[in-house]
Order: sequence, then C-alpha cells, then structure tokens
Amino acid sequence: MTDLTTGADNTISTAEQLRYIHQQAADARVNVEIETEGMTLNIGPQHPATHGTLRIIAKLDGEQVVVAEPVMGYMHRGYEKLAEVRTYPQVTTLINRIDWVGSFANETPFILAAEKLMEIEAPPRAQYIRTILHEMSRIANVMLGIGDMGVQIGAVTPIFYAFRDREYVLNQIEAATGGRFHPNFDRIGGLKDDLPAGWIQNTKNSMDKVVEFCDTIEELMYGNEIFQARTRGIGIIPADVGLSYGLSGVNIRGSGVDWDVRRDGMPNGLVYDQIDWKVWTHPDGDSYARMWVRLQEVREGAKIVNQLLDQIPSGPVMAKVPRIIKVPAGEAFVETENPLGVMGYYIVSKGDLNPFRVKIRSASFSNVSIAPWLLKGVYVPDIITILGSLYFILGDIDR
Amino acid sequence: MSDETAVAETDENAVVVDEVRDALLEEISGELGDGIVESYVKPGDDIWVRVSRDAWVETAHVLREAMGFRFFNFLSAIDWLPSPFGRDMDSQVDITLTPPDSTPDPTPMETGYAGGDTRFQVFLRVNDITTARAITIKTDLPDDDLSIATILPVYPGANWHEREAAEMFGIDFVGHPNKRKLYLPATFAGNPMRKDFPLLSRRIKPWPGIVDVEQMPGDDEEADA
Repeated sequence: MTDLTTGADNTISTAEQLRYIHQQAADARVNVEIETEGMTLNIGPQHPATHGTLRIIAKLDGEQVVVAEPVMGYMHRGYEKLAEVRTYPQVTTLINRIDWVGSFANETPFILAAEKLMEIEAPPRAQYIRTILHEMSRIANVMLGIGDMGVQIGAVTPIFYAFRDREYVLNQIEAATGGRFHPNFDRIGGLKDDLPAGWIQNTKNSMDKVVEFCDTIEELMYGNEIFQARTRGIGIIPADVGLSYGLSGVNIRGSGVDWDVRRDGMPNGLVYDQIDWKVWTHPDGDSYARMWVRLQEVREGAKIVNQLLDQIPSGPVMAKVPRIIKVPAGEAFVETENPLGVMGYYIVSKGDLNPFRVKIRSASFSNVSIAPWLLKGVYVPDIITILGSLYFILGDIDR
Repeated sequence: MSDETAVAETDENAVVVDEVRDALLEEISGELGDGIVESYVKPGDDIWVRVSRDAWVETAHVLREAMGFRFFNFLSAIDWLPSPFGRDMDSQVDITLTPPDSTPDPTPMETGYAGGDTRFQVFLRVNDITTARAITIKTDLPDDDLSIATILPVYPGANWHEREAAEMFGIDFVGHPNKRKLYLPATFAGNPMRKDFPLLSRRIKPWPGIVDVEQMPGDDEEADA
C-alpha cells in the first residue's frame, strides 16, 4: 500500500505479517512464563451456565484452572426429611420439583418403588402412558439442554428454537396431565386420569416438530465450526473414571459406555422392552460426544413415543388400591433412566402411611461431582462449555 | 385338586430361588469371609449384605476391583430410631384415623433387611453395568463412635455423598479430605436427618392432611357411607 503523503511503499509482505504475528505470540508466551500469582475466580451463584444457583470457586493460574470447587446448597429444600412426614401420595408433589424441566420422570421411580413394596402392578394402559410421558419429559428436558448449550458458546438462536419447539411437547403434557411443568399425575397403582380425546394424534404431530428441531439444530449448531472448536477434545471423561464417579445417562454414554437402565435395568413396569429402539453411544467422551448423544436421544425419544402411541392398549388406567395407602414394611430401590441420568428412590417403609426414610439418588448430584476432577487444568472459557455439556438442573443437585 | 396345589407349590419354589443373586452372595462371601455379618436376598428383586465396620473399605475394594461393580450408585445413612415425637409429626389424616399418643413412641428399634444392631447404619449401592447386577451394602455404626473409614480411594464419586451423610447424620468419615458442610450453612448446628431433629415447621403448624386426600374414581359412595 502506498502512503499518499510520502509516496513510500508501506506494503507489508505476507512473510512480514507472519513474523509480526509470531513475535506477538512469543511476547505473549513470555508473559505467561513470568511467574503469576494465583487468582480466585468466583462463578455464580447466579450464572446462566448453572441452571439455578450453583457457585463455582476456581483457583486460576493464568488462564488455567488449578482447583475448581462447586459450592451448593443455595437451593436445598430437604426433600428427604420432608418426605418422612408426608403420606406416599403427597410425596409426588415434592419430588416433581427435583428436576423441574422433566418433572414427570421424577415421579416414575418413586411410584414404581412404592408399587413394588405394595406388590401391585399398574394396568397395561397406565404402563404405556407412563412410559410415553416419561419419554416426553426426556424430550422436553434434553431439547432445552441442547438449546442452552448454544448459549454457553455464544449462539443465541438455538435456545429460542428449543423454547419454541419444546412448547409443542409441553402442551401435550399439559393436555394429558393438567400441568405444564409439575404434572403430579402418577399415582400408586396407575394414573390420575386417562388421556383426553385426540391426544394421540396431536402428540404424533408434536413429535414431528421434535424431529424437525433435531434436524435444524444438527445443521445449525452441531455442524458449526465454532461449536466444534469449543467442544471437541475438551472435557474428556474416560469411561472408568466416569463410572466410579457415578456418572450416568448421556454423560456416561458419551464416553462409550453402552449402558442404559431403560434397556439393561431390572424390569420395573415401564414398557421399553415392547418396542424397537436403540441406545446411542459416542466413543470420544468429550463435550461434543455428550451433546451429540443428547441430540440422538431426542430423536430416539420421538421414535419411542410414536411406537408406543401406536401400540397403546385399551383398558383401565388405575388398579384397585386402598383408599388410604399404607405401604407394607420393607425396603425397595427402583432406578429409571431419567433425562439427566439414572434416578432412583431408596424407600424404607415400616408399614405406615409415610415412608420411614427416602433416599433420593438424583442424577445431577453424581454427574456434577466429577467437576473438580474434570475442570482441573482447563481454560476459563471451557469451564462454561464443560458444565453446559454435563447438563445438570440445580434442583436435581440440591434436592 | 391335590395335583393343582402341588404344581402351585413347585411354581412358588421356582420363584423363590434366585440363582443370580445367590451366586453373587456366594462370591462375595468367598471374598470377604468373616466380614459379612448378615445377608438378605429378595428373590427376583434385590440383595442386601451387612458387613462389619472394619470390612467396609475392603468390601468396596472387592466389589470394584474383583467383582466388577464399577458404577457407584449412591452412599447414604439411615437413623433407625423411631420418631421420639410420637405421631404428631405425621399428617393429620393419620391422626384422625388413630389418635396420637402424647407419650413418645416406645416401640423398640426395628431395622430393615439384613438386620442391624445399632441406631445408625451406612449403606452403599453399586452396580455392575455389564451384567445388570446391583448390590446394597450396609454396616452398623456403634452408638458411641459414629465414625467409619472413607471409601473415597475406591469410589471417588463417594465424596459428596459422604459429605452429605456426614452433615445430615453427624457421621465422621475418617480420612475424608474435605469435611466442610455440603448443603448446610457452615454455622448450622445439629444433624437434620436424625429422627430426633424435629421438623420445626410441622411442629408449629400441623399439615392439614385430610383436606388433601384425593378421592378415587368410584369411591364417592364409600366415602359418603
């Protein structure tokens, strides 16, 4: 480029440009090598990546995390203690609020555990509807998780798509149960009500929207260069480490572990064995793998719901149960594959109206417990994407 | 007639035998020997094994390294003390059925599956994901020494679970590197999940349980009668 005032040729050759860049980089490197003081960075309690109020205290060296320690309890509601003074049917109102984005799925294992102790079984129609609603809460939950991951990497569009298309699913959940977020629909021995007229066809239509969402988001987000650069090879969890930390659900299937309680667990009254579906895994174990499996789970969920809707038998939705429910003495643990991972309730009953002790095994609690291990040595911006890819709901951690 | 009953009996016997869990029990007995205090197999459902407190870490180690239980499910504790508040902590629907005693519940302590001798028990559940087996391990804690060794070196996922059990039940996990409270404020006094820790809101205002009881379909006539 010629300078108009002096007439000198100021054009910088490519080689010169490169030399300049390298020099800058070298300077930057020198700065890193200068001894730095540790710095403590506080993330949260209010941060979009925390889905509630999780606080992370990270000790940094330069831009790398030395120690990251999650601090929780800002939302602890003491459900285990509260469940001890409530009757069994009252407990479902509480546990709806554990994972508030996929509420119906929280009720299922508790009701199944109580049914197991009472040795009653829900009628086939109720079992099918339960499985459908369980799967629909997975779809609604995971769709939001995918959209939210977009926000973490600076893409705002996916969350709007997720909110928009999730609404079709939530509308159907609301049409059947009366509650958009907190259905409180599962009963010991069956369900509160039968499905409303026209629900099956409407749900099928909503599943079409879900599949459409998956296709859009796969091109928009997963194919995006920035998304891949921010997630591939970052936050790698080896399968064995993940298992010993109690990681479950998508987070462990993203590490190549082919284990899904829906398929491999004990038969517990959900009808996943009646249909043809597939457990998706990804061998990489990084943030991208987890998000990729999540997307496939939504698609598979739509497939599962469509098949179940076709097969749904007729009949009653409620078994004969006593008016006042007393659960015989005993202990039972039932776990199901919930949107966030394996969730289970360990119920100890002494034959009373209320449980003697309920231990809630929530998925996010174990999933996030790997964070101190996983965040060690990562760069600050990756804290957010890694937490986003673990996808937790705070209510599921704090209970 | 007699043939039918005979068939029914053999069927029942067939259900009662649980080969997978019996084999599992045999395997863990072989590995631990005297460490096992008691066990209970609910056929077709689940297995509970109670081990001595000294064998706690060894049990976890054997389960993970020798028997393939790689998945850490959860760890928690239980307080077997019957509620000293009698039944007034129960919902009002219960109290209308059976009026509460003003005196504390004198019923002796009953423990669950696989028994127990003390008030506090710690229990652990792990899964073997390749064979879909799962096992619940329990151990007693003596009343005068509520401490147990941490299983953190075996299952690192036990970290938060142990911290939760520690603050909620007042159990000391010996060797745990971070004994700060997990959920509760640092200054919180008491152990909320103990049975003798009252749920204050319930004591101030009883739960109006009867209002909440939902009528079953077709139950109206019974309720009116």
